[in-house]
Amino acid sequence: MNDGRLVDPGDPLPPLPGHSSRGRLERVLRSGRFAVTAELNPPDSADPRDVYDRALVLSEVCDAINATDASGANTHMSSVGICSLLTRVGYAVIMQISCRDRNRIAIQGDVLGAAAMGVANILCLTGDGVQVGDQPGAKPVFDLDSISLLQTIRTMRDERRFLSGRKITVPPQVFIGAAANPFVPPEDERARHLGKKIAAGAQFIQTQYCFDVPRLRRFMMQARDRGATEKAFILVGVGPLASARAARWMRGNVPGVHVPDAVIDRLEGAANQKREGKQLCIDLIQEIREIEGVAGVHVMAYRQEELVSEIITASGIMRDRQPRLPRRAAKERTAS
Amino acid sequence: MYAVRLWSVRHARLMERLYEALERTLVALDPAFRRIGYERLARPVAAVERTVKGLLFDCKMCGRCVLSSTGMSCPMNCPKNLRNGPCGGVRADGHCEVKPAMKCVWVQAWAGAGRMANGGAILDLQQPVEHSLQGSSAWLRIAREKGAGAAPAAGTTGKPA
Repeated sequence: MNDGRLVDPGDPLPPLPGHSSRGRLERVLRSGRFAVTAELNPPDSADPRDVYDRALVLSEVCDAINATDASGANTHMSSVGICSLLTRVGYAVIMQISCRDRNRIAIQGDVLGAAAMGVANILCLTGDGVQVGDQPGAKPVFDLDSISLLQTIRTMRDERRFLSGRKITVPPQVFIGAAANPFVPPEDERARHLGKKIAAGAQFIQTQYCFDVPRLRRFMMQARDRGATEKAFILVGVGPLASARAARWMRGNVPGVHVPDAVIDRLEGAANQKREGKQLCIDLIQEIREIEGVAGVHVMAYRQEELVSEIITASGIMRDRQPRLPRRAAKERTAS
Repeated sequence: MYAVRLWSVRHARLMERLYEALERTLVALDPAFRRIGYERLARPVAAVERTVKGLLFDCKMCGRCVLSSTGMSCPMNCPKNLRNGPCGGVRADGHCEVKPAMKCVWVQAWAGAGRMANGGAILDLQQPVEHSLQGSSAWLRIAREKGAGAAPAAGTTGKPA
């Protein structure tokens, strides 16, 4: 890599044995460190600055940034577009692929394109139904589901071929992830379903928002019993709730989000609900960190990105680490 | 029909036995089917299959039946057409994210699998649906692929219906 030429921050890291990708996230996880990933809220604009500004506040406290793929079935800048902007200046990204909007022809092409741009991590999702988004009249595609998508990408990477069998000359070296939601029915089958995702190729897991730690503990116990935590790295989803009202809205309108009444009561009883929501998130992270088999947290701070850095710092989970990308250097880099 | 579909899942063990018997019969009929010609049988058999499975399972004739691996709950009734569900959007009451009045097809599937002798098959990884098979008979496909006349090397991922 470093043969006297300038090192391009967009270049992949040197290959390591036993690693699928040349990205940072897989190294952090395989080295046994507690990892942090964070979701970038995609802009409703064509301005790259909107992406860079949001990435900057996340990057100093996370190992990889998730680029969402029209989550909640709302149109925003695409995950491919965001990944293109972020990889060219050296950010580590997790490209999300949802099965809702594209068929197997489009998705396999995007996987090759993403890997060529330097995307080292891909998260395979089924996707929310179109009815929850801003374009309920759209045609739902769902040609693949999250598990057949996992299998597809693993086949492309490890067997160097498309689903059709046609050969790929240079395979996409990506670290493959999937989502899990331990908080909705059928709760006691969720760990078995996780096992199915791992069997299909998932190497890391990012869960839905966790506001119910006892439920998570039970899921993790079931996952450990099935050996899942030995085979995949589980990052638990967390995020600050802005108010009791926001929590209720989320519970009623975002598919799959389980917010116990106790959480809403705690926010409602607070003098400053926003500050309480932030503190609740910090408390959750500290509790979650203690659960055996949890490899990291995934922070989703919807429209509150500026809080992510404070939350991670206050939770103490990164205290043994030096920030890799100090704010000033990153600003100079994205400004050039 | 929705109520019948739920009944079939509640009686997944009985359905499993019936289907095992049906599969044995279909495979045994392969030589006869070959004499008559699979092409000629395609339309009438598909029509019978559509009627029977439509009544019992709300079958959508995907052409690659996986009922025996999905607790006798037809995955094509899932609005996301998941072949390896459930998704993460299931409501707290076990109903569908997209169609709130309907019980989640995959919550049903895991419950049905729990009642079956070979329910562990729900852990098999299902391939994506071949859309070119839509409307064709899965019964004839089983007879042809598992019957005595099948080429021995014709590897298939097909599950018994």
